Amino acid sequence: MGAEFVQLSLTPLLIGVLAAVACALPGNFLILRRQALVGDAISHVVLPGIVVAFLITGTVSTWPMLLGASGAAVVAVVVIEAIRRVGRIDPGAAMGVTFTSLFAAGVLLLEQSDTSGVHLDVEHALYGNLESLIWLSAEGWGSLLDPVALADLPPELLRMAAVALLISVLMIIFWRPLKLSTFDEGFANAVGLPTAVISFSLVICAAVAAVAAFDAVGSIIVIAMFICPPAAARLMTNRLEIQVLWSVAFAVLSAVLGYVLAGYGPLWLGGANAVSAAGMIATVSGVILAITCLFAPHRARTGTPKGN
Amino acid sequence: MISTFLNALLFQAGYNAALVALGAALLGIAAGSGGTFLFLRKRSLLSDALAHSTLPGVGIAFMVMVAFGGEGRNLLGLLFGSTVSAALGLLAVGWITSRTRLTEDTAIGAVLSVFFGFGVVLLTVIQTMSSGYQAGLEGFLLGSTAGMLFSDAIVIAVGGAFAVAIVFFLRRPMTLVSFDPEFAAASGINVQRIDLAMMGLVMAVTIVGLKLVGLILVVALLIIPPVTARLWTDRTEHVVMSAGLIGGFSGYVGAALSASAPHVPTGPIIVLVSFALFTFSLLFAPARGVLAAIIRHRRFRTRLHRRQGLLALANGEAIRDRPTLAVLRREGFIRRDGDVTDMGRQAAAKVLRDESRWAMARRLHQDNDLSGRYDGSTPIEAVLTRDEIAEIDRRMGRPTLLDRSGDGR
Repeated sequence: MGAEFVQLSLTPLLIGVLAAVACALPGNFLILRRQALVGDAISHVVLPGIVVAFLITGTVSTWPMLLGASGAAVVAVVVIEAIRRVGRIDPGAAMGVTFTSLFAAGVLLLEQSDTSGVHLDVEHALYGNLESLIWLSAEGWGSLLDPVALADLPPELLRMAAVALLISVLMIIFWRPLKLSTFDEGFANAVGLPTAVISFSLVICAAVAAVAAFDAVGSIIVIAMFICPPAAARLMTNRLEIQVLWSVAFAVLSAVLGYVLAGYGPLWLGGANAVSAAGMIATVSGVILAITCLFAPHRARTGTPKGN
Repeated sequence: MISTFLNALLFQAGYNAALVALGAALLGIAAGSGGTFLFLRKRSLLSDALAHSTLPGVGIAFMVMVAFGGEGRNLLGLLFGSTVSAALGLLAVGWITSRTRLTEDTAIGAVLSVFFGFGVVLLTVIQTMSSGYQAGLEGFLLGSTAGMLFSDAIVIAVGGAFAVAIVFFLRRPMTLVSFDPEFAAASGINVQRIDLAMMGLVMAVTIVGLKLVGLILVVALLIIPPVTARLWTDRTEHVVMSAGLIGGFSGYVGAALSASAPHVPTGPIIVLVSFALFTFSLLFAPARGVLAAIIRHRRFRTRLHRRQGLLALANGEAIRDRPTLAVLRREGFIRRDGDVTDMGRQAAAKVLRDESRWAMARRLHQDNDLSGRYDGSTPIEAVLTRDEIAEIDRRMGRPTLLDRSGDGR
């Protein structure tokens, strides 16, 4: 187990866990604000952003792509808001118009431009390539202390760790205003909190998480992790603090279990090859959500009338 | 390029291409008008969950067909599988929203991502179990008409025609239900059954659209045309009809464009054609468009400047605001040197009287919503009847010539 595990599985596993946590944290607030599908929209518009960045720079390098993707996310948020206000269109439909059109534009650009020399295609954008983020120079657990081997860690790991840390720190710093404006926007406004800024920052934060995670693991995990762990956590407790902890726990569980099942599950069943880890992680998070829907202590709606 | 495009538009680019263009047009009509019902119920994104949850069905149907010794790429079989799993996805959304306290958007997002993730797992399984077969399945993500079999084109054309027929026969009850479910129920329509039919229609559109547009983008066909149509009109039946037209046009032109250019995938191009129509509408639609809003805003400003300028003239105050001066000068109320013309004096007197009438009217009708109609620019004749104004004039007494306080007292 030892050496091979460190070399082939440790880094993808860590990246999966970090990506899941980075997405689940802002997801808690998104689902409470009824903006759950913002994550869905963002992860679709990341594609055109990346393609445009590629067309401008001509290379597949990290920073231009991250910038392009974040830019696309901001453009999408602004366009959605503009359509909603100018055309007086219901937000769900405004979102649907925006992200499908941007995604279509991304696909078309990708098909029209010559990307044969680089690793950039729609399937990659959707599934990611978690399995390929291996740590080649590792020879065992000892390599964790070996500076030469550590220098060869996949860059995605450090990036994902930085983003997860950034989001956690931001959430701790802005916890009170965030909580206040999520549960009672009117009151938050009245006590002088800039609710519009908070709302926009949350979306940007989600976009950063989505873009960083997308780069490593593809957009399926991003959407699933924005929604499933926080939704499952919501059914476990009535307190936001506890809910966030539950959501992190569920995210970690999904990532670990999903990765292990994808890698070793087929072997146990007699198959020869692993299946998509990203897809499996999403599936496991769905199973967790289904279980909480059936058995979690706070699953029922109380107080509000049915169908509201 | 242009000539091939024209050929494709006129059904001259080969039998398959013609069938595909026809199918795309029919699909667009059905999707546009069917999507309107979803849009009016504010459930547009439900179709996104529906579309994404078709993927596991496609995978399982493929595996089952291969297991039974078939080729695995039979379109009808794959579409049947996707129908079953889309129905499951829809049930899951309904179950989560009704049984737990999670909101519908959360349920949609959860179902969408989990079903899609599971579908991807199945696709990788298929890839390992029989490489070479699975090539056709990738086409379900983004749609592909390249290398489409004749039988597939037939399936799409027939499916599109079927969906259009559903819309045609159920348009009345569906309009009623999506516009006002309570009223529909009161007039004896079985709302649940119509809702079910609506979902069935959306599902049919999604399934037929899978091969053509792909499951990621098929929602665009259900969302963009209704939203575009909504910008032009406020009447439900007009929205349904124009959404159908817009969808049909996008599907048809998109398919023709795609047939005439080698590297243009059908789905994205259809979506972008409809988005172009949407952008045009957002800019130029008469009531809700950007241009209309700008014109409205400018008119309102001119009206305010005219009114306040004339009031200032009536009260003998100096005007220093340049836009106000410009408006007064342009309309001939003052001369270039700033002297008031006869016309200006008359208009100013009229505005002053109007303002006094408003003040009296607001004193008389404090309890109703008349006060809310006062915006400092609407003449009172536009709000009150002649009799009411006569009553106000009677209460104000004779018009006084030198009332300069401006509040009519």
